[in-house]
Amino acid sequence: MSELCDLPAHELATRIRKKEVSALEATEAALERVRAVDGDPGRLDGPADEVQKVHAFITVTEERARQQAKAIDERLAKGEVPGPLAGVPYTVKDIFAVKDVLTTAASRILSNFVAPYTATPVERLDAAGAVMLGKVNLDEFTYGSSNESSAYQPASRNPWNPAHVPGGSSGGSAAAVAAGEGALSLGTDTAGSIRQPAAFCGVVGMKPTYGRVSRYGLIAFGSSLDCPGPMARNVRDTAMMLNAIAGPDPRDSTAAATPVSDYTAALEEGVKGMRIGLSPDYDKITFFDPETGEFGSQPLPKEIADAVLRAADKLSDAGARIIENVPMPHTRYGIPAYFVISRVEAASNLHRFDGVKYGHRTALKPTDLRDLYRKTRAEGFGPQPKLRILMGMYVSAAQYSEQYYHRALQVRSLIRGDFDAAFDANGAHKLDALLTATTPTTAFPVGDIYGDSVLMQYADQLAVPANHAGVPAISLPAGLSGDKLPLGIQLVGPDFSEATLLRAARAYEAATEGDAWRAERPKVLVGV
Amino acid sequence: MAEPISPDLFNHLVELAALELSAEDAEYLRDQMNKQLKSIEELAAIPIPEGTPSAAHGVPFPAELRAPLRKDTQVQAPEAADIQAGAPQTSDGYFVVPEIPHEDLD
Repeated sequence: MSELCDLPAHELATRIRKKEVSALEATEAALERVRAVDGDPGRLDGPADEVQKVHAFITVTEERARQQAKAIDERLAKGEVPGPLAGVPYTVKDIFAVKDVLTTAASRILSNFVAPYTATPVERLDAAGAVMLGKVNLDEFTYGSSNESSAYQPASRNPWNPAHVPGGSSGGSAAAVAAGEGALSLGTDTAGSIRQPAAFCGVVGMKPTYGRVSRYGLIAFGSSLDCPGPMARNVRDTAMMLNAIAGPDPRDSTAAATPVSDYTAALEEGVKGMRIGLSPDYDKITFFDPETGEFGSQPLPKEIADAVLRAADKLSDAGARIIENVPMPHTRYGIPAYFVISRVEAASNLHRFDGVKYGHRTALKPTDLRDLYRKTRAEGFGPQPKLRILMGMYVSAAQYSEQYYHRALQVRSLIRGDFDAAFDANGAHKLDALLTATTPTTAFPVGDIYGDSVLMQYADQLAVPANHAGVPAISLPAGLSGDKLPLGIQLVGPDFSEATLLRAARAYEAATEGDAWRAERPKVLVGV
Repeated sequence: MAEPISPDLFNHLVELAALELSAEDAEYLRDQMNKQLKSIEELAAIPIPEGTPSAAHGVPFPAELRAPLRKDTQVQAPEAADIQAGAPQTSDGYFVVPEIPHEDLD
């Protein structure tokens, strides 16, 4: 039965609709896979040094899942059509509120928070018939690129090699999807937090246009950057999941009023005539050494650069026109600007956690209300949230905000300008999409970078410009490195061009379906 | 070059942020902040053309993309009791907190 959990979501949904298999059987198969590969869920003060299992989960909602699955089966038995994702098991990054379910943000300060309402994207997945298996781990409040900052340990590991990180912050989501613990996962992307872990774990991850998916019920980090989005093992499943979650929402005023198209409709139409760009500004890593204060630049590792060029060749063979040397001159400023904007927004958003209305409150006897705040927040936040609060307060202080915050917002305009020029229908390049690597490295070993907040942030260098610009981007598996870790490529497009990106992504996927690396499986699945 | 975030400035920020830190955590966090600032300083070197707007969002939000304004009507949250159930301490529908710092007026 366990092979059911390796089926693509669209195939599983079809088999369930045809009653060849029940939603309950699909759910039980996924739960069995969780038991086989996941090990202990992350917990407060748990061991941080386990490197055998996936540890994607914080909370497995077995009974809720079974009830949802039974309800689907009952509706099918009555001849009803219970939604396009009926019976498909999925997981939710534990940064989304789900009514009556523990919602932790991987932080001690929310370790007892049972949400009184459900986030819009989760509500929509439930309405589409998908079955939630549970809540998966992340960096604390999404602040990181490796999952190691989670207060819930062991944090998620990379299914391809559990001694390596799954990326972050949607690391639990990517790891779960790669290991067959649910066919889909709901993640969020503020600086690459869907795409980077997708690349590290060999799955598909899409950051939609800012505003395409409602943020209602998402615990906020960088409110001007946060994007919920789909993670899956293939492009069609990604499109189906986006169909379910995208669209206007009266409960989020930044959710765009633009109507949603059917993202599966044109998936197989290919890339003939599409203009896909390559930029020299994405071929290198601009690296900051905090010890010397100097910036250096070095080319991407050869394996990663080659994966991009191979993808360009495949897309060209499929009929796309490859446009080289597209200038994206402000790419390198994405991280410094992000250091400022995201910290200011994080500091503002984290002020609500105070031990009064919900969540953790200190057991110590505070002398007064301010003392209660201080003691509660000191106990409840880990080092990364504390660092972001302090940094955000510094760069937005009245005497520094002109120098830092307002300048960073102007740099965001310049980064946006790079994309506007590249995609301009009357411009020099007229791109439908820009093709880049998703990450400057493959998944790094657990413990290698954690603690160095500057180096960790630079892991998002190729992903963060799309967040500044608000444009959609998708990461796709593009092979394996010599040490059998996934490589990822990224396609970035103009506002609300998700259908085009998914179509190009599907063309690449189809062109590589026969490649030997596609037959390889993550290490944790060997013998399962 | 002197570190931009001195121990005194750092302690001031910790107070504003309503945090308390161990000496070890304070040392780590202040060091990381100074390192991040060095990276951020690169922003100062970017030539910014005059008139470049500050972007609150990457995606411009023209009226047709925005959710239409709706009537400002009062709606009773159905889950008020559920919301209070998650509070550390309540009494008769109020959140209970310790003494609020204040000065008595003469």
